[in-house]
Amino acid sequence: MVLFRLIAIALALAGLHAGAARADAFDEALTGVRGGYAQVTRGAEALAATGDPRAVDVLNALSEGRLYTAPDDGPIGIGTEQGGDIRLVDPRDGSELGVFGSRDVERIRVNNRVRGAVTAAMGRLQLSSPDPGQRRAAVDGIVREPSPEAAEQLRAAIEREQDTGVRGAMTFALAQIELQTGDREQKLAAIETMKASTDPQARAALGAVSAATAEGAPGADAELHEAAEDAIASVDRTREWLNLLLNIYQGISLGSILLLAALGLAITFGVMGVINMAHGEMIMLGAYTAFVVQQVFRAYAPGAMELYLLAAVPAAFLVSGAAGIAIEQSVIRFLYKRPLETLLATWGISLMLQQAVRLIFGATNQQVANPSWMSGGIEILGGVFLTYNRLIIIVFCLIVLAVIALVLRFSTFGLQMRAVVQNRDMARTMGINTARVDALTFGLGSGVAGMAGAALSQIGNVSPNLGTQYIVDSFLVVVFGGVGQLAGTLTGAMGLGIVNKLLEPYAGAVLGKVLVLVGIILFIQFRPRGLFVLKGRAAEA
Amino acid sequence: MSWQLPRLATAALAAAAALTVSISAAMAQPAPIKIGILHSLSGTMAISETTLKDAMLMLIEEQNEKGGLLGRPLEAVVVDPASDWPLFAERARGLLENDQVDVIFGCWTSVSRKSVLPVVEELNGLLFYPVQYEGEESSRNVFYTGAAPNQQAIPAVEYLMSEDGGGAERFVLLGTDYVYPRTTNRILRAFLNGKGVTDADIMESYTPFGHSDWQTIVAEVKEFSAQGKQTAIVSTINGDANVPFYKELSNQGIDAADLPVVAFSVGEEELSGIDTSDLVGHLAAWNYFMSVDTPENDSFIASWHQFTGNDRRVTNDPMEAHYIGFNMWAQAVEQAGTTEVDAVRQAMYGQQVKNLTGGVAVMNTNHHLSKPVLIGEIQADGQFETVWETDGVVKGAAWSPYIPESAKLTADWTYPWVCGGCETPKYAITN
Repeated sequence: MVLFRLIAIALALAGLHAGAARADAFDEALTGVRGGYAQVTRGAEALAATGDPRAVDVLNALSEGRLYTAPDDGPIGIGTEQGGDIRLVDPRDGSELGVFGSRDVERIRVNNRVRGAVTAAMGRLQLSSPDPGQRRAAVDGIVREPSPEAAEQLRAAIEREQDTGVRGAMTFALAQIELQTGDREQKLAAIETMKASTDPQARAALGAVSAATAEGAPGADAELHEAAEDAIASVDRTREWLNLLLNIYQGISLGSILLLAALGLAITFGVMGVINMAHGEMIMLGAYTAFVVQQVFRAYAPGAMELYLLAAVPAAFLVSGAAGIAIEQSVIRFLYKRPLETLLATWGISLMLQQAVRLIFGATNQQVANPSWMSGGIEILGGVFLTYNRLIIIVFCLIVLAVIALVLRFSTFGLQMRAVVQNRDMARTMGINTARVDALTFGLGSGVAGMAGAALSQIGNVSPNLGTQYIVDSFLVVVFGGVGQLAGTLTGAMGLGIVNKLLEPYAGAVLGKVLVLVGIILFIQFRPRGLFVLKGRAAEA
Repeated sequence: MSWQLPRLATAALAAAAALTVSISAAMAQPAPIKIGILHSLSGTMAISETTLKDAMLMLIEEQNEKGGLLGRPLEAVVVDPASDWPLFAERARGLLENDQVDVIFGCWTSVSRKSVLPVVEELNGLLFYPVQYEGEESSRNVFYTGAAPNQQAIPAVEYLMSEDGGGAERFVLLGTDYVYPRTTNRILRAFLNGKGVTDADIMESYTPFGHSDWQTIVAEVKEFSAQGKQTAIVSTINGDANVPFYKELSNQGIDAADLPVVAFSVGEEELSGIDTSDLVGHLAAWNYFMSVDTPENDSFIASWHQFTGNDRRVTNDPMEAHYIGFNMWAQAVEQAGTTEVDAVRQAMYGQQVKNLTGGVAVMNTNHHLSKPVLIGEIQADGQFETVWETDGVVKGAAWSPYIPESAKLTADWTYPWVCGGCETPKYAITN
């Protein structure tokens, strides 16, 4: 393998002087990309070693599974699908090789090993790519195969680099490589660079140096060892703080999901006193609305797919809200003041809704795709990764909360609603149509649950029993926070989320959940009305 | 007396069903052979098990088109244990006592199988269990058509440690908190320790059923994997929790070439609810993939699409297990000339059915199959591409050699053993 690569490099170097020789090297390397996974891996490495710009396309096609051998062991071509057939293009000169049936051409199969080797090989080729994203990816590739030459290439690239983010990644990668292949001075400098890093890889790299230079080890070096140990201590201190902050962030993120799930319930249960067991199914309806909207967009407006979620949220509000009003009008309004019966009736409704959705959409999960602006995430510090979908849901949740608070505080409907809650008879005497207010309040609570469903479809399952996954958590939040208070719901959700996430790393996910549950049971013993208690005559009754 | 209600309801339903059948089938028809289907059609496992119910109905319909068995038509008796483990036992009893079914095909989770086990043993019923499981069991009344750990977990980990699989040296064992993942991971840990992997290089973590918040665990795994050695994740996460898990993996940018996940409970059906474009390269180990190109598989998929009226419905490994189990049972019934359980059981040993992926499945006297093991990588279209497979078939082992207590045990239901878990030959059935 080494010999092969040396030959390829030699050929590539020769290619710098003679264009013809370079073309030959590329041709030759290209023919090597076939056979078993091991051969393909070697072929890909040889191809990258030619340094030929055409190799980038070939390697990309290879890792995406679009590289084919033309019939009868013919030339290798990059394929594009064309109505079930494969159109092959010769990567050497861009000429057309023809259109073949998918069974006639042989696809060059790749596995993780090949893909990993391709990423590493692409590292060298793309270090000077005009796209910062590709340069960043190239850095990840280079670290996979550390060598003094790679370090040299990186140093040159750092000189040229304008983008600070990519530059930081390059500096860190260079330090990583120098720690392994550099001389003593370089190693000391690299340790200094690592010291300031929060990346868990830094900890590992320093650990390796420390072990290799410890007393008694073959490469014993007291100064290096001490520097490494010192750096490890410093990295560990920073990481401890960072982990705490990360856990709190994850707690807020979990809390925002609990809050979204519970907000609608806080309105129907907290404000109206209706124990709505079908609340989870309102969330489910919202999630399925998001799925349907996605399918509609896919069918009629594929160009606007990225924006389907913006349409799905209000649609989910309307669908779930309408379903909520229908349930209130047809069942619940006959059962006010009889909480046990509403509990049973709404539970029955929840089962019916689940079965209805199962009949229409099937029992299996539906695929709701994240739009690209909601997939992936951002690494704000080494090892601290925030995903976009969670960030957006936190913001979305706060917006929904603010809108509800404003509606309750400033709109006529909000005023009437609060009046009905405080004293229903007095409100009716004042000319408020309480039946209408009840229906609208229930609609609002259900609609909010629907929006929550549209949001939750972005992180979890969309299946007929989606609702049951959130109903228990929702009731916990509302009861813990205090009935009938938005502030209580907010504090309850965030409190539960954060406590849960702080416990999880130490107790594990299962025990953590149990501990939170036990905690709530104890808490309710001492404060049966939850964190925030609604004041007023009606509430005391 | 409330406990009588469901049974009364079942009896009433069965009576109604029997009535409609007898009216439509007229008097001339011989009595049908009854096949119980015991799969959750509601609750958390409905996602996976509904498909198996449909697959069984398809197999029964096909057999009826061929003229049934022993000249008698087959009749499906479908019940819904609703993902409720004790209800599985109750429904199984109902099937055997009230409906007098000749055989039961059913269960998915190990807890449901463990609930049904005492019932089929007491009433001498016959259960075909189609899902890969943790082993450590061999009952006279159960045929295990899914994979045992040596037909799935062990080969998968061996592949991960091989050069082609990335040469993993550190392992993260993630699972749902119940008997299957815990036992499988116990076997894996013992196996890995035997291969020189220290406990410091193994991280083990469990989550509840339906766990949806994976941020912390995925971040922990990332940190664990950043510590120098090539790491791989072994997932025994079951059911609904897989969707948010894979979404979190792709959003946190975990690349399969750096940190591959090999799953034992994720098949085509589970993937159909996920956008897999960011998951290319993650693995699963099964005995069957829908993508395998054989004539048997092509015709199976074609009839499945025709039966469901939906040509986008996927097939998966437990469906193949039902296909093999059903055909073996049908052959055994023909051979025994009766559906009587003891005779059919004897006729089952050595039964052969062609696998959908090539080769021939054989039923062994330990009630486990010999099947090939395949390892596949997830593709962007939600299918698996086979990247490794065993040369021939692997015989399912009921007892793992990697757990000291079970290493000594043998399962064999023919003379002179006649026992599902014993150290020395036993000549009669002890229970």
